[in-house]
Amino acid sequence: MTTTGRTHSWDLSTGVDGPGTRFVLFLSGCPLRCLYCANPDTWHMRDGRQVTADEVMAEIATYRPFLETAGGGVTVTGGEPLLQPAFTAEILHRCRELGLHTALDTSGFLGARATDAMLADTSLVLLDIKSFDIATYRRLTGGALSPTLGFATRLDRLGVPVRIRYVLVPGWTDDEAAVDGLAAFAAGLGNVEAVDILPFHKLGAPKYEALGLPFPLRDTPVPDAALVERVRRQFRDRGLTAV
Amino acid sequence: MTVTSGFRVDAAADPWRALRGQRWRDQVDVRDFIQANYTPYEGDSAFLTGPTARTAAVWSKVAALFPEERRRGILDVDAATPSTITSHKPGWIDRDRELIVGLQTDAPLKRAIMPGGGLRMVENGLRAYGYEPDPFVTRVFGTYRKTHNDGVFDAYTPEMRRARKAGVITGLPDAYGRGRIIGDYRRVALYGTARLTEAKRAERARLDEAPSTADVIRDREELAEQIRALGELTEMAATYGCDVTRPAGTAREAVQWLYLGYLAAVKEQNGAAMSLGRTSTFLDVYLQRDLDAGLLDESGAQELIDDFVIKLRIVRFLRTPEYDALFSGDPTWVTESIGGIGEDGRPLVTRTSFRFLQTLYNLGPAPEPNLTVLWSPRLPDGFKRFCAQVSIDTSSIQYESDELMRPRTGDDTAIACCVSAMAVGEQMQFFGARVNLAKALLYAINGGRDEMTGDQIAPAAPPLTGDYLNYEELSAAYDRTLDWLAATYVNALNVIHFMHDKYAYERLEMALHDYPVHRFMACGIAGLSVAADSLSAVKYGRVKVIRDATGLAVDYETDGDWPAYGNNDDRADAIATGLVDSFMAKIARHPTYRNAEHTQSVLTITSNVVYGKHTGNTPDGRRAGQPFAPGANPMNGRDRHGMAASALSVAKIPYDRARDGISLTSTITPEGLGHDPAVRAGNLVGILDAYTAAGGFHLNVNVLDRATLEDAMAHPETYPDLTIRVSGYAVNFVRLTREQQLDVISRTFHGSR
Repeated sequence: MTTTGRTHSWDLSTGVDGPGTRFVLFLSGCPLRCLYCANPDTWHMRDGRQVTADEVMAEIATYRPFLETAGGGVTVTGGEPLLQPAFTAEILHRCRELGLHTALDTSGFLGARATDAMLADTSLVLLDIKSFDIATYRRLTGGALSPTLGFATRLDRLGVPVRIRYVLVPGWTDDEAAVDGLAAFAAGLGNVEAVDILPFHKLGAPKYEALGLPFPLRDTPVPDAALVERVRRQFRDRGLTAV
Repeated sequence: MTVTSGFRVDAAADPWRALRGQRWRDQVDVRDFIQANYTPYEGDSAFLTGPTARTAAVWSKVAALFPEERRRGILDVDAATPSTITSHKPGWIDRDRELIVGLQTDAPLKRAIMPGGGLRMVENGLRAYGYEPDPFVTRVFGTYRKTHNDGVFDAYTPEMRRARKAGVITGLPDAYGRGRIIGDYRRVALYGTARLTEAKRAERARLDEAPSTADVIRDREELAEQIRALGELTEMAATYGCDVTRPAGTAREAVQWLYLGYLAAVKEQNGAAMSLGRTSTFLDVYLQRDLDAGLLDESGAQELIDDFVIKLRIVRFLRTPEYDALFSGDPTWVTESIGGIGEDGRPLVTRTSFRFLQTLYNLGPAPEPNLTVLWSPRLPDGFKRFCAQVSIDTSSIQYESDELMRPRTGDDTAIACCVSAMAVGEQMQFFGARVNLAKALLYAINGGRDEMTGDQIAPAAPPLTGDYLNYEELSAAYDRTLDWLAATYVNALNVIHFMHDKYAYERLEMALHDYPVHRFMACGIAGLSVAADSLSAVKYGRVKVIRDATGLAVDYETDGDWPAYGNNDDRADAIATGLVDSFMAKIARHPTYRNAEHTQSVLTITSNVVYGKHTGNTPDGRRAGQPFAPGANPMNGRDRHGMAASALSVAKIPYDRARDGISLTSTITPEGLGHDPAVRAGNLVGILDAYTAAGGFHLNVNVLDRATLEDAMAHPETYPDLTIRVSGYAVNFVRLTREQQLDVISRTFHGSR
């Protein structure tokens, strides 16, 4: 029996959604509404295309030799893949069965829906921690921070490797104390391979326009190189790899 | 000439000292020499050295001339002296400092005229840059000495002229040198001209007993010309103090002799592409011998290659501004093929393979020489990573699949021009430019009439009349149109190459080939993605025809969710591969001049812009005048699933049906190769390995972001060296026309989200 999911699209990307060149599956639907979201077209499950896991796996199969040779794999992202846990679990499991490297890109907000079995099929979790300040997290995403931190500790306990992704937004996520708090938390985990500092960008702005939505951070500046470097250093000072 | 170091070596007395192997001594066989003597290098790039003060001084002297050349179009020209191997006195950049000597004329960047290809091209070129044609030259080539161009137009049929003028067959080498012939210039260094002349005499003597048929007479005359050209090379070399009658005895002599052979070719021929061959591993044998003997150190070895590459960077031809607009700047396609794997499994990578690439750091990025890496997943890791890093830093390398070429043309294959594989010294090609497949599709719809002028170009046939295009009807009409196109095309090429052999024969280049040589008739196609997408739109979507008052289909309304070529979707990709396959079959039906083997390429260089300009609205929704995608690239912006998906679509085109090469140009932003700069080179290696393993033939890699290109358009003076790869070739971005710059910028950038 194959499960059914709602997907936005798929793409092949290199070096940004996990190691090497990867088949990146974008699922539709997300419980958060991050102000800087670059993909507002993935917010609603109803906007996605209904596909079976068989169909997705057939597409992935055509890329398998390429992905293997290029040192890549498959990344499930969104939207929020854990909004469709059964579908996500099946894709990860079947990719793992093919011997492909698997990555799950998630905010961790719905981490409780990821079963241990699903995580055992996951080679790497790309964990987006949007802020380490509870109030900022809520204002920025509309959700709570604590499920994400709980998920992070659970991944550590299960020994699932993690790359933390941190979107750096001037005025929102550049607070030194909050960054330091996150760095300390991450350094306390034993499974963090690296921290990606992702400078906020506005490449998603045209999508808001197309959807007739206001882009909330339209007037927010992108971070300058010095700020990006300062934040990277804060993580490095805690003994973490930050790029 | 003297040896650079303090050691005295009697190079002349025993040039082959300390060399292994026998076969190459008994007969002319450069490959055997390489195999018997080269030292594979499997390490990394740490041994390389930067430019010496001498190199920097020579390069800055010649680089100082570039701004003036760019401003005026050409720096200077000798309008009165038709160029031959011996026509010009020797010239230097900086006589005291140059290690490798020889210029096309008596001064750097001063161009020569070569009217043998066509007098009009020379006169137009001169006038365009403010020079008056020389009356003596005009009289000789207008009255006494017929040119290639004159000959071709004497034998073209009215149909050929119409197809050429309408632009359905374009870029034909009927008014200029055809090029794309690689002399095996290494032979000059390994054997010297005395031995080569002797070998040519023996080849000619073999014909003494043959009946004097037209073919035999032509061969005898050509061999006589080849022998004469070797004599002229010897004479020209002597004016630079070099005795090339004997083999080169040192590394410096080997580079010098080889270069003099190449120089003789570019003094004699203004070929569209004057490629160098596969020289780095050959030269490495000599460099390594001198390094082992303590005659050179690494810095001295690099210096020789740097100085050689300076010479290759300043090869110049007089061409017209229209020609330059078609091909972007001032291309010479001095293609050097580097790397690859030998038939015995040893990589053909040596330290000198690295040294050639290192010139892009020592002298800065540049389009020439056209450095081409023959890629295999089996190449040593250190070399792969260095290539990828150089690509990321300079965007100046192209990659071609050694895995596809080696089984077909052997492990001494070099690329002529952009993507044409030739066994060096054994094979040559008749360059055939290309036909416009997209325009031909419109002819099929319009019963052979041109969609822009309404003129009847192809034979009159009933036009398609329905409100909506029907796939079966269109396919059948297209098939008939392509039958006509292939016949007209191959027959026109036969005319061109008959006349080129007769009036502008490449004496010196052919003297550096075996006799008899294997010839390819290198046909080509442009507009593949436009034609494939148009057919896909008709098959899987709906295409309504809009006709003008005369019934000519001039526009289309296209809707539906049809698959586009470039997304690894078999429905569309099969249409593209089917077109390649069927056109190959059609050209193969027509006999060729000198029984050349039919091949075709899917390559446009930058002429995709001009072809687009001359092609009306197409059923895929492309507007009239809009550029085609270059080469075998998917149409701009329609490959929506990233570079790997796009590359896999292109990799489906079977190399055996396009043996003259299949070109793909990709532009990636630095971030698109990885968020972490430290992993980017490794990721690019992974892509190249995977693309090659998937059967991909060629990949141009640009690592650039859009903002850099836009800034370069606005401030060209701050980007004199900005080099980008375009379909098989590299160009200075700031020398492109504005239209070409916009085309490059509008092309799909594969980046991160």
